[in-house]
Amino acid sequence: MSNLEKNPISETSEWSFELIEEYDREIAKIAAEYKLDTYPNQIEVISSEQMMDAYASVGMPLGYSHWSYGKQFLNIEQSYSRGQMGLAYEIVINSNPCIAYLMEENTMTMQALVIAHACYGHNSFFKGNYLFRTWTDADSIIDYLLFAKNYIAKCESRHGIDAVESLLDSCHALMNYGVDRYKRPYPISAEEEQQRQQEREEYLQKQVNDLWRTIPTQGDGKSAKDDFRFPTEPQENLLYFIEKNAPLLEPWQREVVRIVRKIAQYFYPQRQTQVMNEGWATFWHYTLLNTMYDRGMVTEGFIFEFLQSHTSVIYQPPYDSPHYSGINPYTLGFSMMCDIRRICENPTDEDRQWFPEIAGSDWLETLHFAMQNFKDESFILQYLSPKVMRDLKLFCIVDDDKEKHIEVNAIHDEMGYQRVREALAGQYNLGNREPNIQVQRVDIRGDRSLTLHHAQHNRKPLGDTTNEMLKHLHRLWGFDIHLHSIQNDMITASYHCPQRVESSSELNLAMPGLNM
Amino acid sequence: MSYIVDRRLNSKKKSTVNRQRFLRRYRKHIQKAVSDAVSQRSITDMEKGEQISIPKGDITEPVFQHGKGGRNTNVLPGNKEFLSGDKIPRPEGGGGGGGSGSGASDQGEGMDEFVFQITQEEFLDFMFEDLALPNLVKRQLSGSEEFKMRRAGISNEGNPGRINIVRSLRSANARRIALTGSKRKKLQELEQQLELEEAKDPALKDHLKIEALLESIATLRSRISRVPWLDDFDLKYNLHVKDPVPRSKAVMFCLMDVSGSMSQATKDMAKRFFILLYLFLQRNYERTEVVFIRHHTSAKEVDEQEFFYSRETGGTIVSSALKLMKEILDKRYPLNEWNVYAAQASDGDNWNDDSSVCSKLLMEDLLPKLQYYSYIEITPRDHQALWEEYEQVAEAFGDVFAMQQIVDVSDIYPVFRKLFHKKTA
Repeated sequence: MSNLEKNPISETSEWSFELIEEYDREIAKIAAEYKLDTYPNQIEVISSEQMMDAYASVGMPLGYSHWSYGKQFLNIEQSYSRGQMGLAYEIVINSNPCIAYLMEENTMTMQALVIAHACYGHNSFFKGNYLFRTWTDADSIIDYLLFAKNYIAKCESRHGIDAVESLLDSCHALMNYGVDRYKRPYPISAEEEQQRQQEREEYLQKQVNDLWRTIPTQGDGKSAKDDFRFPTEPQENLLYFIEKNAPLLEPWQREVVRIVRKIAQYFYPQRQTQVMNEGWATFWHYTLLNTMYDRGMVTEGFIFEFLQSHTSVIYQPPYDSPHYSGINPYTLGFSMMCDIRRICENPTDEDRQWFPEIAGSDWLETLHFAMQNFKDESFILQYLSPKVMRDLKLFCIVDDDKEKHIEVNAIHDEMGYQRVREALAGQYNLGNREPNIQVQRVDIRGDRSLTLHHAQHNRKPLGDTTNEMLKHLHRLWGFDIHLHSIQNDMITASYHCPQRVESSSELNLAMPGLNM
Repeated sequence: MSYIVDRRLNSKKKSTVNRQRFLRRYRKHIQKAVSDAVSQRSITDMEKGEQISIPKGDITEPVFQHGKGGRNTNVLPGNKEFLSGDKIPRPEGGGGGGGSGSGASDQGEGMDEFVFQITQEEFLDFMFEDLALPNLVKRQLSGSEEFKMRRAGISNEGNPGRINIVRSLRSANARRIALTGSKRKKLQELEQQLELEEAKDPALKDHLKIEALLESIATLRSRISRVPWLDDFDLKYNLHVKDPVPRSKAVMFCLMDVSGSMSQATKDMAKRFFILLYLFLQRNYERTEVVFIRHHTSAKEVDEQEFFYSRETGGTIVSSALKLMKEILDKRYPLNEWNVYAAQASDGDNWNDDSSVCSKLLMEDLLPKLQYYSYIEITPRDHQALWEEYEQVAEAFGDVFAMQQIVDVSDIYPVFRKLFHKKTA
C-alpha cells in the first residue's frame, strides 16, 4: 500500500508551541499549493475560560460592556459546564492579521484542525469574498472597537450606566436595520475616528437643528406644508436615519447609535455568507489534513481523531429528529463545496446538463471563483446540484394560512430540483428572512411623528415583538411612532407607540413650541 | 506568515463586567429565586451557590420578526416518505408557522427558562441584600491579638534599615550651615580685604598685611572644613508604630425551647432561622461565636449537635434560659469587646407566671446589654402569655427587640428579612 515514506510530524496527542509552529508551517505550504490567499495569522493559545469570554463577546477581542454580553456569557458557561457544548473551533476574527484562538485543553489533532479550518479556511474567505472586501475593513476593525469601548465607557461615567444601557438596548434591537446595503463605508483608524467624532458631534447637532428649526414658523408655512416631504425617499437604514435626524438625541447618543450601526455593518457580510464561509473552511480543513495524511505527515490515529470530529460537525439531523434545529450550515456548505470539486473532476451526464460551464473545468479555479463572487443566496441558486439535494433528501413544504394543509410542493426529484433550489436560496435571503421595514414619512410640520411601512412578503404579518420594538424606536425618536403593514397597497395592520387609546386630541402635547 | 502567541496568562475574567451588568439588570428575578431557594434548601447547604432561572420571555432582546401566517416556504432535510403534492395536516401548536426554523439557528434548544449559576458569594449577597444589623456601629472595639504597623513621622533613633536619607542629609546640611555661618562671613570679609590689597599699586602693597590675611584665611578654611559633613545626630529615622487593629466580634446566643411540645419539625424551622442569623452575622463581623442554650424547665449550655437533635420532655420555664444567658454573658463576654445578639425560638408555651419574670429579666438585665434580640414563635396556634408579655417589651425597647411569628418553613426567610430590614432613617 505505501511506497510513501512515513514521517509524521508528531506521534502523540500532546501539543507544544514548537509542534504548533511546525504544523502551521506545513499546512501553510499545502494551502499555498491550493492557492489559498490569506492575511497573516495571529494564532493565540488561550484557556477555556478565555474561550468563553471570547464566545460571549461574539468573538471580538474587545467590546463595550453591556448586559446582553453577560447573558451570553452565562448561557455559554452553563452549557459548557453541563457538557452540552464543546468549545472547539470557530472563533476567528476578520481582521488583519487574522486572529484565531486555540484552546489549551485540545489535543494536537484538534489544534491542527483549527489551524486548517480557521487560519487558512476562514482567513482566505475573509480575504477573498467580495462581500467582506467591500463591507468590512480588516485593517481598522480592532482600532474601531477600541474606540467604541472607550467612548461608551466615557459615556457611562458621564451620563450614568442606566442611560447608556437603555440606549444600547434600543440600538441593539434595531441592529439588523442599521445596515447600508448599497453604499460602501470607508475605513479610518481609531485616532482619526476620535478626532472626527468631535467634529461630527457638533456638525450633526447643527444639521438636526436645521431640519427642525423650520417647524415653528407657522404663518407662511401653510403652502410649504403640502409639498415638503421628509424624507424624500423611503429609508431602509433605520439607525442611520435616527442618528442623522432624531430630534431629541444628544450628540453623545447619536455617536452611540453610530457605533452600533458600524458594528452591525461589520457583521453584515457574516450573516450573509454563513453557509459559504463554514462550507469553505470545512472543505479546506478536510482537504488540507487529508493531503497531509496522504503525504505521510500525520499518523493514522491523528486522522481518525480528525475524522471523528469532522463527521460530528457536518452531521445533519433529519427534520423529524429532536436534535433538528434548521439546516446545518457546515453540512450544506461542505457538501456543496465537495460537490463542485466532484462536478469538475468527475462530471456525470446530469452534471453536464445542469452545469455545462463548470463540468470538467479546473476545480480549484472554479471553487475560488465561487468563493469570491457569491453570497449564500446566490451561491445556492448557482451551485446547488441535484446530487446534493438527493444526498440531503431536501424537500420543500408550503405552509399557507389560506390552505387547510401543509403542502409538499417539491422533493428531490427531477420535477422538484429547481423549485427546492430556489426555495432554499430564498431561505438565505436576508431580505425575506427579516421583515422589510422602512421609514416612510416624518411629520415635521406637525407632531413630529415618525411613520414606517412594512412591506409584507408573502402576506407574512409582523411578529408579537412588534410593540416592544416600537417602544425602542420611540425611545430613540422621542415622538410618536406609527408602523403600517402594507400588502398590495392596502394597510393590513397598524401599530402605534404610544399605543392609541383614541386617536385624537393629543397632537399638541408633544410640541412644546406650540402649546400655551 | 503566522505569529503564535501564548495568551493563557492574560486576564481571564473579561466578561465579569458584563456578567455583573446582567445580574444588576435582573436583580429582582434573582432575588426572588434566592428567596425561594432559601426556603427550600436543606439546612446544611444554605450557603452554596445557586442555579437561577429566569423566564426566557423576560430577557429576550426583541427584533422585528415575522409572525405566524401568510405563505411560508420551508426547505427541510431528511425526507423519508413524502412525494411532491402530498398534503400534511398542520401540526397542533402551530409548529409550521413562522419561518423561524429556517436558515441556520445554532442555539435553538427551545428551553423556556434561562438558567445560570451564581456563586456562593453572590448568593449570600442577594440573600442579605438590603438587610442591616441594627446598632452595628456601637462597639467596634479592639481585640488585642492583631497589630498593624503605621508610619508615625520621624525620630532621632532607630535601626539603620529605617534611615530616612533625605531628612538626614537635610539636617546635616542645616547643621553645617549653622556651624560655619559666622566663619564664612569672616572669610568673605578677609578675602575682600585681600583683593583690595592685591589690587593696589605694587609700590603701595603692604606685604605683611597680605601675608597675615592669607594666613588667617587658611586657618579659617581649615576650620570650616573640619566641621563634619555628616554627624551622628544628623541621622533621622522613619518611625513606625504598632497600632492595634480593631476587630469586630460578635457572639450569638441561640435560645430554644426543647420541651415536649416542640416537635422535630418545629426545631428544624428554628434551626433554619438560627443558621440564617449566623450566616448574616458572619458576613458582618470578623469573628462570630455561637452559644447554644436549650431549656425546658431548666436551661443548659450545649454543643450544636445536642442543641438540635437531642430530645427532652417536660414543661417549660423560659426564664431559666434567660438567666443562664445572663450568667454566661457576664462571665465570658465583656461588653466592651463583644457585640451581643440573641435569638430565641419557641412554640410559645411557658408556665404562666414565668412569662412576667422573663419580660422583667429582659427589660432590666439583658436588653440594655444587647445589640439585638429577636424572638420567633413557631406556632400555628393562638398566642399565649409569653407573646403578650413580649409585646410589652417590644413596645419599650423597639429598636433592640423584635418578635415575629412563623407558621411554616416558607415564612422563615421573609420573617428574617422583616426583622433585619434596613431602616431608613
